[in-house]
Amino acid sequence: MHVLRRLFATTLTLVLVALAVPAMAQAPRNWQLGMQDAASPVAERLQSLHDLVFWIITIITLFVAALLVYVMWRFNSRRNPVASNFSHHTGLEIAWTTIPVLILVVIAIPSFRLVFFEDRTQAADLTIKVMGHQWYWEYTYPDSANLNFRSDYIHDEDLKPGQKRLLEVDNPLVLPVGKNIRILTNSADVIHSFFIPALGVQRYTIPGRTIETWVRIDRPGTYYGECNQICGTNHSYMPIAVVGVPPADFQAWEKTAKAKFAAGEAIPAPVVANAAEPTPIRVAQVQP
Amino acid sequence: MTASYDHAHDGHDHHDHKPGFFTRWFCSTNHKDIGTLYLIFAVIGGLTGGALSVMMRAQLMHPGSHVFESGQHWNAVITSHGLLMIFFSVMPGLIGGFGNWFVPIMIGAPDMAFPRLNNISFWLLPPAFVLILAGQMVGDGAGSGWTLYPPLSNSTFQSGPQMDFVLFALHLAGISSLLGAINFITTIFNMRAPGMTLHRMPLFVWAMLVTAFLLLLSVPVLAGAITMLITDRNFGTAFFNPEGGGDPVLFQHLFWFFGHPEVYIMILPGFGIISHIISTFSKKPIFGYLGMAYAMVAIGVVGFVVWAHHMYISGMDVDTRAYFMAATMIIAVPTGIKIFSWIATMWGGSIDMEVPMMWAIGFIFLFTIGGVTGVVLSNAGIDQALHNTYYVIAHFHYVLSLGAVFSMFAGFYYWIGKMSGHQYPNGLAKIHFWMTFIAVNVTFFPQHFLGLAGMPRRYVDYPAAFEGWNMVSSYGAYLGGLSMVLFVVICFLTFTSKTKVADNYWGEGATTLEWTLTSPPAFHTFEELPRLK
Repeated sequence: MHVLRRLFATTLTLVLVALAVPAMAQAPRNWQLGMQDAASPVAERLQSLHDLVFWIITIITLFVAALLVYVMWRFNSRRNPVASNFSHHTGLEIAWTTIPVLILVVIAIPSFRLVFFEDRTQAADLTIKVMGHQWYWEYTYPDSANLNFRSDYIHDEDLKPGQKRLLEVDNPLVLPVGKNIRILTNSADVIHSFFIPALGVQRYTIPGRTIETWVRIDRPGTYYGECNQICGTNHSYMPIAVVGVPPADFQAWEKTAKAKFAAGEAIPAPVVANAAEPTPIRVAQVQP
Repeated sequence: MTASYDHAHDGHDHHDHKPGFFTRWFCSTNHKDIGTLYLIFAVIGGLTGGALSVMMRAQLMHPGSHVFESGQHWNAVITSHGLLMIFFSVMPGLIGGFGNWFVPIMIGAPDMAFPRLNNISFWLLPPAFVLILAGQMVGDGAGSGWTLYPPLSNSTFQSGPQMDFVLFALHLAGISSLLGAINFITTIFNMRAPGMTLHRMPLFVWAMLVTAFLLLLSVPVLAGAITMLITDRNFGTAFFNPEGGGDPVLFQHLFWFFGHPEVYIMILPGFGIISHIISTFSKKPIFGYLGMAYAMVAIGVVGFVVWAHHMYISGMDVDTRAYFMAATMIIAVPTGIKIFSWIATMWGGSIDMEVPMMWAIGFIFLFTIGGVTGVVLSNAGIDQALHNTYYVIAHFHYVLSLGAVFSMFAGFYYWIGKMSGHQYPNGLAKIHFWMTFIAVNVTFFPQHFLGLAGMPRRYVDYPAAFEGWNMVSSYGAYLGGLSMVLFVVICFLTFTSKTKVADNYWGEGATTLEWTLTSPPAFHTFEELPRLK
């Protein structure tokens, strides 16, 4: 049953990804230097602020490096055998106090805008609940009759050619593109962190609290993320995959998924400590 | 800050009675001997923590490696690495070691205010060190990360005594720091030589004074937090347990209320050391002395009100995030004042590129890199994509591994002649600097790229896409391991060397009181107080 379900999920994902044209996979690349391409308004603004700050800090670092090289050369004891006694200059001190303040103001203004923009969405089209578990993710769609399933990483022996080790999952989180999606995070055991770099999404999942954030996926594709808060022995083995699809495809997926998952699915069994193997799913009939 | 001091009653005369070996080293009340013990301890702690980091880099060199048998074992080792480096290497080295050695001498005091308290401050550390190692090795090890966040650190998820060992180790190390801090504050306020006003104190003493206050105010908060964690684990309380009405986020607030000042505790003594070295080898007084002293005070004060920038994604209210963001950015201003003042000190100087100066200039450059990436991370909005990634690892290793540790090596090469009476082998010391400089940059610079690409920290295994830079980083770590071996060799050659150094072997630039004493100083210094002009 488990194998069948996984097979179904994988096929479904593959089909959906194939349908989503132009499909983009947003995963890290080897020897990458910067951030993954932004695929949400939050990630876009985040990266443009990062670019601004990056240029500022690069210039500052080069400036300090240039000054250091210059003084090492110009005021070396061979070139400058007698030291001056200069140890005060009020103008300089005022300058290097106020200029950094001004630079910080330049950074702070867009930064405040960004942090308030990132906070939450006013008009959510859809809500999803993310529950962190040791060591898998559980997703619930309250707007789709509480459609609920768990998402496990694909073990090395089950990997198919072309699949990304430690990024690929059996049941990805499927979301419509272009919609404001409210994300509510929570945890069943320890603290995890729901982190998808290309979407600019990250929130801890903390037991006993519900934390809100949001995302709007710009274009169809698969976006990968990982658990980003130490959560026990298999911390490295609970990746996240989000598949963004056009709203019509999302509705189609919802229907099939409801039939397949919701009808025959209970909340995943509580995990036993130190479970290296994923716990088998309890399959129980729940009321529609 | 020149001193007139009469040598007549100093030096190796008949007053200089040293007790026997056991009494001298195990029941010590002499600030120099206790300082030496601290320095030896810091080297042992650093070598242990460094060995763990080489193991960690071996595991991370390629995805799917099996240097570690399980994720839990890995988690235990990263926990130990963090705690060892902070509590058993940087703090004992900078505060216990150089602080004990040079604070009394620089203010012209015969010893610390409470010599026996000083002794127990040190001797609490070795048992704490044993407990940390027990925490790593007993059972599966305590795998919570050095931040100890519950619920992962509570008895459900870290069962067995190993987590309690770690918590008790922190209690012991905390008491040790607290007693040390009380001792430093009392010494600095009450035992300055005539004429040594607060505004004439050497900057290293200022740094130690601010550090001691940070310890005094922050360590008790950690003690409270881990006590609550201990009772949660063992006596059924629920301070951090949501099922019992507790809150895991409360622990994060308490931990970082300690943890953020802690990072300044690790770097401020380094600032002090660097100031002395830059001034000595530029043969100029430090630029903007008062600004430098009060910049450290400002860093200390602001350091207490920025703690929640470690918790931007813990679900705090957006207004709270905005406040912590603004407060954090402000720290860049006093730090910038220090960097520019160091450069201005060199400006117009007559610079000798001796080994300590190389470390000091290396410090300024690398600390600048670590500082500016801190400005990136202070933006709560950007932190949402960088929190807990390797970008953060790179940032704090640039300020600690390349900042605090560089200042420790700078201090070692600056003062080892004074402390031991023997000078280091100059050629090997230069090689040591360049090896370390290259190694740490090769190790940590690529981690910025990994972090930007989204690689999370504390991962035992990772997707293939992160392999390239991890491999480079591991090669850097191996070179760093070699440079530590070279350092041990340099220590050996220094202590076995037959050459003696003069009282003031750095010449005209070295103006603080330790340079008026013999090298090494007499067992008891300043039996007659020096007077400052």
